[in-house]
Amino acid sequence: MSTTAKNFDEKARGEFAGIGTTRVRRGELLRHPVYTRFLHWSVAIFFILSLLTGFAIYSPWLFRWIAPLFGGGPRTRLLHPWFGLVFTVFFFFQFLNWFVPMAWTASDRRWMKKMRQYVTNEDRVESEDVGFFNAGQKLYFWAIVVSAILFLITGLLLWFDDVVGRWVVAVSYVIHDLAALLMLAGFIIHVYEGTAQQPGTFRSMIDGTVTEDWAQTHHPAWYRDVSEGSHKETQKERQ
Amino acid sequence: MANPRTFQIQEISAHPGPVAGQGTRREEQVCKYIDVSTCIGCKACEVACVEWNDHPFRETTFNNTYQTMPETEWNYYNLIKFAEDQHDGNFMWLMRKDQCLHCEDPGCLRACPADGAIIKYENGIVDFQQENCIGCGYCISGCPFDIPKFHPNTKKVYKCTFCSDRVGQGLEPACVKACPTGCLKFGTKSDMVQIAGLRAKQLREVSGFADAGVYDPQSIKGTHVIYVLHDIKRPERYGLPANPIIPPSYTYWKWLAKPTGLLLGVLGIGAVFFHRVFYGPRVPEPAPREVETRPHDEIEAGRKEAP
Repeated sequence: MSTTAKNFDEKARGEFAGIGTTRVRRGELLRHPVYTRFLHWSVAIFFILSLLTGFAIYSPWLFRWIAPLFGGGPRTRLLHPWFGLVFTVFFFFQFLNWFVPMAWTASDRRWMKKMRQYVTNEDRVESEDVGFFNAGQKLYFWAIVVSAILFLITGLLLWFDDVVGRWVVAVSYVIHDLAALLMLAGFIIHVYEGTAQQPGTFRSMIDGTVTEDWAQTHHPAWYRDVSEGSHKETQKERQ
Repeated sequence: MANPRTFQIQEISAHPGPVAGQGTRREEQVCKYIDVSTCIGCKACEVACVEWNDHPFRETTFNNTYQTMPETEWNYYNLIKFAEDQHDGNFMWLMRKDQCLHCEDPGCLRACPADGAIIKYENGIVDFQQENCIGCGYCISGCPFDIPKFHPNTKKVYKCTFCSDRVGQGLEPACVKACPTGCLKFGTKSDMVQIAGLRAKQLREVSGFADAGVYDPQSIKGTHVIYVLHDIKRPERYGLPANPIIPPSYTYWKWLAKPTGLLLGVLGIGAVFFHRVFYGPRVPEPAPREVETRPHDEIEAGRKEAP
Protein backbone atom coordinates (compact mmCIF):
# COMPACT_ATOMS: atom_id res chain seq x y z
CA MET A 1 0.00 0.00 0.00
CA SER A 2 2.72 2.41 0.93
CA THR A 3 4.41 2.30 -2.49
CA THR A 4 1.09 2.85 -4.30
CA ALA A 5 0.30 5.72 -1.95
CA LYS A 6 3.78 7.16 -2.47
CA ASN A 7 3.45 7.00 -6.25
CA PHE A 8 0.03 8.62 -6.05
CA ASP A 9 1.34 11.38 -3.80
CA GLU A 10 4.33 12.04 -6.05
CA LYS A 11 2.00 12.38 -9.00
CA ALA A 12 -0.48 14.58 -7.11
CA ARG A 13 2.31 16.85 -5.85
CA GLY A 14 3.63 17.18 -9.40
CA GLU A 15 0.18 18.03 -10.77
CA PHE A 16 -0.51 20.64 -8.10
CA ALA A 17 2.96 22.16 -8.44
CA GLY A 18 2.00 22.68 -12.09
CA ILE A 19 -1.15 24.59 -11.09
CA GLY A 20 0.22 26.67 -8.24
CA THR A 21 3.67 27.95 -7.37
CA THR A 22 5.70 28.32 -4.23
CA ARG A 23 8.27 31.11 -4.23
CA VAL A 24 11.20 30.28 -1.98
CA ARG A 25 13.34 33.37 -1.32
CA ARG A 26 16.93 33.53 -0.09
CA GLY A 27 17.18 32.37 3.52
CA GLU A 28 13.91 30.49 3.27
CA LEU A 29 13.00 26.83 2.95
CA LEU A 30 10.10 25.06 1.28
CA ARG A 31 7.95 23.65 4.07
CA HIS A 32 4.65 22.60 2.48
CA PRO A 33 4.14 22.09 -1.28
CA VAL A 34 0.97 23.31 -3.03
CA TYR A 35 -0.69 19.89 -2.82
CA THR A 36 -0.30 19.72 0.98
CA ARG A 37 -1.58 23.27 1.39
CA PHE A 38 -4.59 22.54 -0.83
CA LEU A 39 -5.41 19.45 1.22
CA HIS A 40 -4.86 21.22 4.53
CA TRP A 41 -7.25 24.06 3.74
CA SER A 42 -9.84 21.79 2.15
CA VAL A 43 -9.79 19.65 5.29
CA ALA A 44 -9.90 22.80 7.44
CA ILE A 45 -12.87 24.36 5.62
CA PHE A 46 -14.98 21.23 5.77
CA PHE A 47 -13.90 20.56 9.35
CA ILE A 48 -15.09 24.00 10.42
CA LEU A 49 -18.36 23.64 8.49
CA SER A 50 -18.92 20.23 10.09
CA LEU A 51 -17.98 21.60 13.51
CA LEU A 52 -20.43 24.50 13.26
CA THR A 53 -23.35 22.49 11.89
CA GLY A 54 -22.55 19.72 14.36
CA PHE A 55 -22.44 22.08 17.32
CA ALA A 56 -25.87 23.44 16.40
CA ILE A 57 -27.27 19.94 16.74
CA TYR A 58 -24.99 19.07 19.68
CA SER A 59 -26.05 21.81 22.03
CA PRO A 60 -29.41 23.42 22.76
CA TRP A 61 -27.55 26.58 23.83
CA LEU A 62 -25.89 26.97 20.43
CA PHE A 63 -28.79 25.81 18.24
CA ARG A 64 -30.48 29.20 17.88
CA TRP A 65 -27.12 30.90 17.22
CA ILE A 66 -25.61 28.63 14.64
CA ALA A 67 -28.51 27.00 12.78
CA PRO A 68 -29.60 30.29 11.10
CA LEU A 69 -26.14 30.59 9.51
CA PHE A 70 -26.88 27.48 7.49
CA GLY A 71 -30.48 28.29 6.63
CA GLY A 72 -32.24 26.91 9.68
CA GLY A 73 -32.36 23.65 11.59
CA PRO A 74 -33.52 21.29 8.83
CA ARG A 75 -30.93 22.64 6.36
CA THR A 76 -28.23 22.39 9.03
CA ARG A 77 -29.18 18.77 9.62
CA LEU A 78 -29.21 18.13 5.88
CA LEU A 79 -25.79 19.68 5.27
CA HIS A 80 -23.90 18.28 8.27
CA PRO A 81 -23.40 14.71 7.00
CA TRP A 82 -22.30 15.96 3.57
CA PHE A 83 -19.78 18.38 5.10
CA GLY A 84 -18.52 15.51 7.23
CA LEU A 85 -18.24 13.18 4.27
CA VAL A 86 -16.25 15.71 2.22
CA PHE A 87 -14.01 16.31 5.25
CA THR A 88 -13.36 12.57 5.50
CA VAL A 89 -12.52 12.30 1.80
CA PHE A 90 -10.03 15.20 1.89
CA PHE A 91 -8.53 13.94 5.12
CA PHE A 92 -8.07 10.51 3.54
CA PHE A 93 -5.78 12.08 0.91
CA GLN A 94 -4.01 14.07 3.62
CA PHE A 95 -3.48 10.79 5.45
CA LEU A 96 -1.86 9.24 2.36
CA ASN A 97 0.23 12.38 1.96
CA TRP A 98 1.46 12.46 5.55
CA PHE A 99 1.34 9.07 7.21
CA VAL A 100 5.03 8.38 6.46
CA PRO A 101 6.47 11.51 8.16
CA MET A 102 3.88 11.08 10.92
CA ALA A 103 5.32 7.70 12.01
CA TRP A 104 6.03 7.58 15.74
CA THR A 105 9.76 7.27 16.57
CA ALA A 106 12.09 7.06 19.57
CA SER A 107 12.60 10.81 19.27
CA ASP A 108 8.87 11.33 19.84
CA ARG A 109 8.96 9.23 23.01
CA ARG A 110 11.73 11.51 24.30
CA TRP A 111 9.70 14.60 23.28
CA MET A 112 6.66 13.36 25.21
CA LYS A 113 8.76 13.09 28.39
CA LYS A 114 9.81 16.71 27.96
CA MET A 115 6.37 18.00 26.98
CA ARG A 116 6.07 20.17 30.09
CA GLN A 117 9.21 22.10 29.16
CA TYR A 118 7.83 22.53 25.63
CA VAL A 119 4.46 23.81 26.84
CA THR A 120 5.97 26.29 29.30
CA ASN A 121 8.51 27.50 26.68
CA GLU A 122 11.42 26.50 28.95
CA ASP A 123 13.07 24.84 25.96
CA ARG A 124 13.19 27.79 23.59
CA VAL A 125 14.34 25.56 20.73
CA GLU A 126 13.37 21.98 19.96
CA SER A 127 15.76 19.09 20.64
CA GLU A 128 18.24 18.25 17.91
CA ASP A 129 16.35 15.06 17.02
CA VAL A 130 12.97 16.70 16.16
CA GLY A 131 12.32 16.10 12.46
CA PHE A 132 9.67 17.32 10.00
CA PHE A 133 6.91 16.98 12.61
CA ASN A 134 7.23 17.02 16.38
CA ALA A 135 5.43 14.55 18.63
CA GLY A 136 2.63 17.02 19.41
CA GLN A 137 1.79 17.40 15.74
CA LYS A 138 1.91 13.64 15.29
CA LEU A 139 -0.37 13.17 18.26
CA TYR A 140 -2.90 15.56 16.72
CA PHE A 141 -2.61 13.83 13.34
CA TRP A 142 -3.31 10.39 14.80
CA ALA A 143 -6.11 11.79 16.96
CA ILE A 144 -7.74 13.05 13.74
CA VAL A 145 -7.23 9.64 12.11
CA VAL A 146 -8.96 7.89 15.03
CA SER A 147 -11.72 10.53 15.22
CA ALA A 148 -12.29 10.51 11.46
CA ILE A 149 -12.79 6.73 11.51
CA LEU A 150 -15.17 7.03 14.48
CA PHE A 151 -16.98 9.94 12.81
CA LEU A 152 -17.39 8.05 9.57
CA ILE A 153 -18.71 4.84 11.15
CA THR A 154 -21.03 6.45 13.72
CA GLY A 155 -22.01 9.17 11.26
CA LEU A 156 -23.19 6.63 8.70
CA LEU A 157 -25.10 4.77 11.42
CA LEU A 158 -26.82 8.01 12.46
CA TRP A 159 -27.46 8.94 8.85
CA PHE A 160 -29.11 5.63 8.03
CA ASP A 161 -30.83 5.29 11.39
CA ASP A 162 -33.82 3.47 9.93
CA VAL A 163 -31.59 0.53 8.98
CA VAL A 164 -29.96 0.05 12.39
CA GLY A 165 -31.76 -0.30 15.72
CA ARG A 166 -32.52 2.42 18.24
CA TRP A 167 -29.76 1.37 20.65
CA VAL A 168 -27.12 1.55 17.92
CA VAL A 169 -28.24 5.13 17.22
CA ALA A 170 -28.25 6.02 20.94
CA VAL A 171 -24.67 4.72 21.39
CA SER A 172 -23.33 6.07 18.08
CA TYR A 173 -24.50 9.53 19.00
CA VAL A 174 -22.39 9.54 22.18
CA ILE A 175 -19.30 8.24 20.36
CA HIS A 176 -19.84 10.87 17.63
CA ASP A 177 -19.96 13.58 20.32
CA LEU A 178 -16.85 12.27 22.10
CA ALA A 179 -14.91 12.18 18.82
CA ALA A 180 -16.03 15.77 18.22
CA LEU A 181 -14.80 16.89 21.65
CA LEU A 182 -11.44 15.17 21.07
CA MET A 183 -11.17 16.94 17.71
CA LEU A 184 -12.20 20.27 19.21
CA ALA A 185 -9.52 20.06 21.91
CA GLY A 186 -6.87 19.28 19.28
CA PHE A 187 -8.24 21.96 16.95
CA ILE A 188 -8.03 24.73 19.57
CA ILE A 189 -4.40 23.87 20.35
CA HIS A 190 -3.56 23.44 16.65
CA VAL A 191 -4.94 26.84 15.63
CA TYR A 192 -3.24 28.53 18.57
CA GLU A 193 0.15 26.92 17.90
CA GLY A 194 -0.09 27.69 14.21
CA THR A 195 -0.93 31.38 14.68
CA ALA A 196 -0.47 33.33 17.92
CA GLN A 197 1.94 31.01 19.67
CA GLN A 198 4.54 30.47 16.93
CA PRO A 199 5.36 33.47 14.73
CA GLY A 200 6.33 32.33 11.25
CA THR A 201 4.31 29.13 11.31
CA PHE A 202 1.09 30.32 9.66
CA ARG A 203 2.88 31.31 6.45
CA SER A 204 4.19 27.77 6.08
CA MET A 205 0.61 26.72 5.27
CA ILE A 206 -0.19 29.84 3.21
CA ASP A 207 2.99 30.64 1.27
CA GLY A 208 4.52 27.22 1.85
CA THR A 209 7.82 28.59 3.09
CA VAL A 210 9.57 29.19 6.40
CA THR A 211 12.75 30.99 7.38
CA GLU A 212 15.91 29.07 8.19
CA ASP A 213 15.77 30.38 11.76
CA TRP A 214 12.25 29.01 12.08
CA ALA A 215 13.37 25.64 10.76
CA GLN A 216 16.25 25.24 13.17
CA THR A 217 14.13 26.42 16.09
CA HIS A 218 11.17 24.14 15.52
CA HIS A 219 12.48 21.24 13.44
CA PRO A 220 16.31 21.01 13.82
CA ALA A 221 16.67 17.50 12.38
CA TRP A 222 14.58 18.44 9.32
CA TYR A 223 16.65 21.62 8.91
CA ARG A 224 19.84 19.58 8.96
CA ASP A 225 18.41 17.21 6.36
CA VAL A 226 17.35 19.91 3.90
CA SER A 227 20.35 22.16 4.32
CA GLU A 228 22.88 19.33 4.04
CA GLY A 229 20.82 17.30 1.57
CA SER A 230 20.18 17.93 -2.07
CA HIS A 231 17.19 20.33 -1.71
CA LYS A 232 15.30 17.82 -3.80
CA GLU A 233 11.82 18.94 -2.94
CA THR A 234 12.67 22.62 -3.20
CA GLN A 235 14.00 22.17 -6.70
CA LYS A 236 11.05 20.10 -7.79
CA GLU A 237 8.63 22.75 -6.62
CA ARG A 238 10.55 25.50 -8.40
CA GLN A 239 10.39 23.80 -11.78
CA MET B 1 -48.67 24.94 37.55
CA ALA B 2 -51.09 27.15 39.35
CA ASN B 3 -54.61 25.84 39.08
CA PRO B 4 -56.91 28.23 37.20
CA ARG B 5 -59.10 28.74 40.26
CA THR B 6 -59.09 32.52 40.36
CA PHE B 7 -62.87 32.79 39.97
CA GLN B 8 -63.68 29.91 42.24
CA ILE B 9 -66.07 31.47 44.80
CA GLN B 10 -64.49 31.56 48.24
CA GLU B 11 -67.06 33.36 50.42
CA ILE B 12 -70.62 34.51 49.83
CA SER B 13 -72.28 37.27 51.90
CA ALA B 14 -75.31 36.35 53.97
CA HIS B 15 -75.36 32.87 52.49
CA PRO B 16 -76.65 30.03 54.60
CA GLY B 17 -74.59 26.86 54.49
CA PRO B 18 -71.32 26.08 52.78
CA VAL B 19 -70.12 27.80 49.60
CA ALA B 20 -71.23 25.83 46.57
CA GLY B 21 -68.41 24.13 44.79
CA GLN B 22 -65.86 24.63 47.53
CA GLY B 23 -63.08 22.10 47.54
CA THR B 24 -63.45 21.30 43.83
CA ARG B 25 -60.22 20.44 42.13
CA ARG B 26 -59.31 20.51 38.49
CA GLU B 27 -57.72 17.29 37.18
CA GLU B 28 -55.04 18.33 34.71
CA GLN B 29 -53.87 14.94 33.52
CA VAL B 30 -55.77 13.38 30.62
CA CYS B 31 -55.63 9.73 29.70
CA LYS B 32 -56.85 7.30 27.09
CA TYR B 33 -58.02 3.90 28.28
CA ILE B 34 -57.71 0.91 25.94
CA ASP B 35 -59.31 -2.36 27.01
CA VAL B 36 -57.66 -5.04 24.89
CA SER B 37 -60.17 -7.64 26.12
CA THR B 38 -63.20 -5.91 24.58
CA CYS B 39 -61.59 -4.71 21.34
CA ILE B 40 -63.19 -6.48 18.37
CA GLY B 41 -60.64 -5.28 15.82
CA CYS B 42 -63.19 -3.33 13.75
CA LYS B 43 -60.63 -0.62 12.88
CA ALA B 44 -63.18 2.20 13.26
CA CYS B 45 -60.48 4.03 15.26
CA GLU B 46 -58.02 3.71 12.36
CA VAL B 47 -60.50 5.28 9.95
CA ALA B 48 -61.54 7.99 12.41
CA CYS B 49 -57.86 8.90 12.93
CA VAL B 50 -57.15 9.15 9.21
CA GLU B 51 -60.31 11.21 8.68
CA TRP B 52 -59.84 13.64 11.56
CA ASN B 53 -56.21 14.28 10.68
CA ASP B 54 -57.17 14.64 7.02
CA HIS B 55 -54.58 12.11 5.91
CA PRO B 56 -54.82 10.64 2.44
CA PHE B 57 -55.72 6.96 2.37
CA ARG B 58 -52.67 4.86 1.77
CA GLU B 59 -52.12 1.40 0.36
CA THR B 60 -52.53 -1.40 2.83
CA THR B 61 -50.22 -4.38 3.09
CA PHE B 62 -51.63 -7.90 3.16
CA ASN B 63 -49.64 -10.09 5.50
CA ASN B 64 -51.94 -13.12 5.91
CA THR B 65 -53.50 -11.34 8.90
CA TYR B 66 -56.23 -8.79 9.38
CA GLN B 67 -53.64 -6.12 10.16
CA THR B 68 -53.82 -3.09 7.86
CA MET B 69 -50.03 -2.64 7.60
CA PRO B 70 -46.95 -3.84 9.52
CA GLU B 71 -46.58 -0.75 11.70
CA THR B 72 -47.82 2.80 12.24
CA GLU B 73 -46.81 5.26 9.54
CA TRP B 74 -46.20 9.00 9.30
CA ASN B 75 -49.80 9.43 8.13
CA TYR B 76 -51.25 6.43 9.97
CA TYR B 77 -50.96 7.15 13.69
CA ASN B 78 -53.35 4.48 14.85
CA LEU B 79 -53.07 0.79 13.97
CA ILE B 80 -54.77 -2.29 15.38
CA LYS B 81 -52.19 -5.03 15.79
CA PHE B 82 -53.50 -8.55 15.42
CA ALA B 83 -51.30 -11.03 17.29
CA GLU B 84 -52.05 -14.73 16.91
CA ASP B 85 -50.74 -15.92 20.21
CA GLN B 86 -50.28 -19.38 21.64
CA HIS B 87 -49.72 -19.59 25.34
CA ASP B 88 -50.04 -22.60 27.69
CA GLY B 89 -51.62 -24.58 24.88
CA ASN B 90 -54.35 -21.98 24.37
CA PHE B 91 -54.76 -19.97 21.21
CA MET B 92 -55.65 -16.32 21.59
CA TRP B 93 -56.28 -13.66 19.02
CA LEU B 94 -54.95 -10.51 20.65
CA MET B 95 -56.00 -7.19 19.20
CA ARG B 96 -54.23 -4.13 20.45
CA LYS B 97 -54.64 -0.56 19.31
CA ASP B 98 -51.07 0.58 18.69
CA GLN B 99 -50.33 4.30 18.96
CA CYS B 100 -48.20 6.82 20.82
CA LEU B 101 -48.54 6.16 24.56
CA HIS B 102 -47.78 9.79 25.55
CA CYS B 103 -45.21 8.83 28.18
CA GLU B 104 -44.91 10.90 31.33
CA ASP B 105 -41.13 10.78 30.71
CA PRO B 106 -41.05 10.94 26.89
CA GLY B 107 -37.97 9.40 25.26
CA CYS B 108 -38.62 11.29 22.01
CA LEU B 109 -38.55 14.63 23.82
CA ARG B 110 -35.38 13.68 25.74
CA ALA B 111 -33.62 12.74 22.51
CA CYS B 112 -34.70 15.74 20.40
CA PRO B 113 -31.94 18.32 19.71
CA ALA B 114 -34.17 20.92 18.00
CA ASP B 115 -35.53 23.80 20.06
CA GLY B 116 -39.31 23.46 20.27
CA ALA B 117 -39.82 20.45 18.00
CA ILE B 118 -41.40 18.31 20.72
CA ILE B 119 -43.50 19.67 23.56
CA LYS B 120 -45.30 18.08 26.46
CA TYR B 121 -48.39 19.78 27.84
CA GLU B 122 -49.34 19.94 31.49
CA ASN B 123 -52.16 17.54 30.71
CA GLY B 124 -49.59 14.92 29.64
CA ILE B 125 -50.04 15.07 25.88
CA VAL B 126 -46.75 14.87 23.96
CA ASP B 127 -47.01 16.74 20.68
CA PHE B 128 -44.64 17.19 17.74
CA GLN B 129 -44.29 20.68 16.25
CA GLN B 130 -43.22 19.88 12.70
CA GLU B 131 -42.29 23.50 11.88
CA ASN B 132 -39.40 23.20 14.38
CA CYS B 133 -38.43 19.61 13.48
CA ILE B 134 -35.03 19.29 11.78
CA GLY B 135 -35.59 15.67 10.73
CA CYS B 136 -32.63 14.11 12.51
CA GLY B 137 -34.65 11.10 13.65
CA TYR B 138 -33.22 10.97 17.18
CA CYS B 139 -36.79 10.82 18.58
CA ILE B 140 -37.30 7.55 16.71
CA SER B 141 -34.38 5.99 18.60
CA GLY B 142 -35.50 7.58 21.88
CA CYS B 143 -38.97 5.98 21.71
CA PRO B 144 -39.34 2.61 23.46
CA PHE B 145 -42.46 1.80 21.39
CA ASP B 146 -41.17 2.54 17.86
CA ILE B 147 -43.91 5.09 17.21
CA PRO B 148 -42.51 8.28 15.57
CA LYS B 149 -42.24 7.90 11.80
CA PHE B 150 -40.10 9.82 9.32
CA HIS B 151 -41.70 11.26 6.21
CA PRO B 152 -39.09 11.11 3.44
CA ASN B 153 -40.54 14.01 1.43
CA THR B 154 -41.09 16.61 4.13
CA LYS B 155 -38.09 15.27 6.14
CA LYS B 156 -40.12 15.62 9.33
CA VAL B 157 -41.29 13.12 11.91
CA TYR B 158 -44.95 12.52 12.77
CA LYS B 159 -46.93 10.61 15.37
CA CYS B 160 -50.29 10.54 17.20
CA THR B 161 -51.19 13.98 18.55
CA PHE B 162 -53.73 12.61 21.08
CA CYS B 163 -56.04 14.83 18.99
CA SER B 164 -54.68 17.79 20.98
CA ASP B 165 -56.77 20.03 18.71
CA ARG B 166 -59.96 18.20 19.84
CA VAL B 167 -58.93 17.81 23.48
CA GLY B 168 -58.18 21.54 23.62
CA GLN B 169 -61.83 22.16 22.70
CA GLY B 170 -63.15 19.77 25.32
CA LEU B 171 -63.73 16.88 22.91
CA GLU B 172 -62.52 13.31 23.15
CA PRO B 173 -59.93 12.03 20.63
CA ALA B 174 -61.38 10.92 17.27
CA CYS B 175 -60.59 7.24 17.87
CA VAL B 176 -62.47 7.23 21.19
CA LYS B 177 -65.44 8.95 19.53
CA ALA B 178 -65.57 6.24 16.86
CA CYS B 179 -65.12 3.16 19.07
CA PRO B 180 -68.34 1.07 19.00
CA THR B 181 -67.59 -1.29 21.90
CA GLY B 182 -66.49 1.17 24.55
CA CYS B 183 -63.10 -0.45 24.79
CA LEU B 184 -61.69 3.06 24.32
CA LYS B 185 -62.37 5.67 26.96
CA PHE B 186 -61.11 9.17 27.53
CA GLY B 187 -60.92 11.06 30.82
CA THR B 188 -58.62 12.11 33.58
CA LYS B 189 -55.64 9.95 34.40
CA SER B 190 -56.92 9.07 37.87
CA ASP B 191 -60.37 8.11 36.54
CA MET B 192 -58.93 5.95 33.77
CA VAL B 193 -56.53 4.23 36.16
CA GLN B 194 -59.44 3.49 38.47
CA ILE B 195 -61.70 2.14 35.70
CA ALA B 196 -58.81 0.07 34.28
CA GLY B 197 -58.12 -1.34 37.74
CA LEU B 198 -61.77 -2.35 38.15
CA ARG B 199 -61.85 -3.96 34.71
CA ALA B 200 -58.63 -5.86 35.38
CA LYS B 201 -60.07 -7.06 38.70
CA GLN B 202 -63.19 -8.22 36.89
CA LEU B 203 -61.07 -10.11 34.33
CA ARG B 204 -59.11 -11.77 37.12
CA GLU B 205 -62.06 -12.69 39.32
CA VAL B 206 -64.92 -13.27 36.88
CA SER B 207 -63.44 -14.07 33.48
CA GLY B 208 -60.66 -16.37 34.63
CA PHE B 209 -57.66 -14.34 33.44
CA ALA B 210 -55.57 -14.70 36.58
CA ASP B 211 -52.77 -12.46 35.28
CA ALA B 212 -54.94 -9.62 34.00
CA GLY B 213 -53.69 -6.13 34.86
CA VAL B 214 -53.12 -2.55 33.78
CA TYR B 215 -50.19 -1.55 31.55
CA ASP B 216 -48.96 1.83 32.80
CA PRO B 217 -45.17 1.26 32.84
CA GLN B 218 -43.49 3.03 35.75
CA SER B 219 -40.03 2.80 34.15
CA ILE B 220 -41.09 5.86 32.15
CA LYS B 221 -43.16 7.27 35.02
CA GLY B 222 -46.41 5.97 33.55
CA THR B 223 -48.15 6.75 30.27
CA HIS B 224 -51.18 8.77 29.25
CA VAL B 225 -52.51 5.86 27.22
CA ILE B 226 -53.07 2.84 29.44
CA TYR B 227 -54.00 -0.72 28.49
CA VAL B 228 -56.02 -3.37 30.25
CA LEU B 229 -54.24 -6.61 29.31
CA HIS B 230 -55.29 -10.23 29.91
CA ASP B 231 -51.71 -10.98 30.83
CA ILE B 232 -49.82 -8.14 32.47
CA LYS B 233 -46.86 -10.41 33.26
CA ARG B 234 -46.07 -10.93 29.57
CA PRO B 235 -46.83 -7.69 27.69
CA GLU B 236 -44.53 -8.95 24.91
CA ARG B 237 -47.45 -11.12 23.77
CA TYR B 238 -49.12 -7.89 22.65
CA GLY B 239 -45.91 -6.42 21.23
CA LEU B 240 -45.37 -4.16 24.24
CA PRO B 241 -42.02 -4.01 26.08
CA ALA B 242 -42.20 -5.27 29.69
CA ASN B 243 -39.79 -2.62 30.88
CA PRO B 244 -39.63 0.26 28.39
CA ILE B 245 -36.56 2.43 28.90
CA ILE B 246 -35.03 5.53 27.35
CA PRO B 247 -31.35 5.07 26.37
CA PRO B 248 -29.24 6.71 29.12
CA SER B 249 -27.34 8.61 26.43
CA TYR B 250 -30.45 10.75 25.99
CA THR B 251 -30.79 11.50 29.67
CA TYR B 252 -27.40 11.54 31.41
CA TRP B 253 -25.26 12.35 28.39
CA LYS B 254 -27.48 15.12 27.16
CA TRP B 255 -28.05 16.94 30.42
CA LEU B 256 -24.73 16.37 32.17
CA ALA B 257 -21.99 15.66 29.66
CA LYS B 258 -23.13 18.11 27.00
CA PRO B 259 -22.85 21.27 29.10
CA THR B 260 -19.63 19.87 30.56
CA GLY B 261 -18.20 19.35 27.08
CA LEU B 262 -19.18 22.85 26.07
CA LEU B 263 -17.65 24.30 29.22
CA LEU B 264 -14.39 22.44 28.56
CA GLY B 265 -14.38 23.91 25.05
CA VAL B 266 -14.72 27.44 26.41
CA LEU B 267 -12.07 26.75 29.07
CA GLY B 268 -9.79 25.36 26.33
CA ILE B 269 -10.03 28.58 24.33
CA GLY B 270 -9.37 30.56 27.51
CA ALA B 271 -6.43 28.31 28.35
CA VAL B 272 -4.61 28.83 25.04
CA PHE B 273 -5.27 32.57 25.19
CA PHE B 274 -3.77 32.90 28.65
CA HIS B 275 -0.97 30.53 27.70
CA ARG B 276 0.20 33.22 25.29
CA VAL B 277 -0.08 35.83 28.05
CA PHE B 278 1.75 33.69 30.61
CA TYR B 279 4.48 32.07 28.53
CA GLY B 280 4.81 34.27 25.45
CA PRO B 281 5.44 33.20 21.88
CA ARG B 282 7.89 30.60 20.67
CA VAL B 283 9.92 32.77 18.33
CA PRO B 284 12.46 31.55 15.80
CA GLU B 285 15.86 31.66 17.51
CA PRO B 286 18.90 32.26 15.33
CA ALA B 287 21.96 30.33 16.49
CA PRO B 288 23.88 31.23 18.68
CA ARG B 289 21.02 31.25 21.14
CA GLU B 290 20.39 34.14 23.47
CA VAL B 291 20.92 33.88 27.21
CA GLU B 292 17.77 33.15 29.18
CA THR B 293 16.75 35.14 32.19
CA ARG B 294 15.64 33.13 35.20
CA PRO B 295 12.49 34.12 37.16
CA HIS B 296 14.84 35.26 39.96
CA ASP B 297 16.61 37.74 37.66
CA GLU B 298 13.32 39.18 36.46
CA ILE B 299 12.17 39.78 40.02
CA GLU B 300 15.50 41.47 40.78
CA ALA B 301 15.19 43.60 37.62
CA GLY B 302 11.67 44.60 38.60
CA ARG B 303 12.90 45.69 42.03
CA LYS B 304 15.63 47.82 40.51
CA GLU B 305 13.16 49.53 38.18
CA ALA B 306 10.77 50.33 41.02
CA PRO B 307 11.19 53.84 42.41
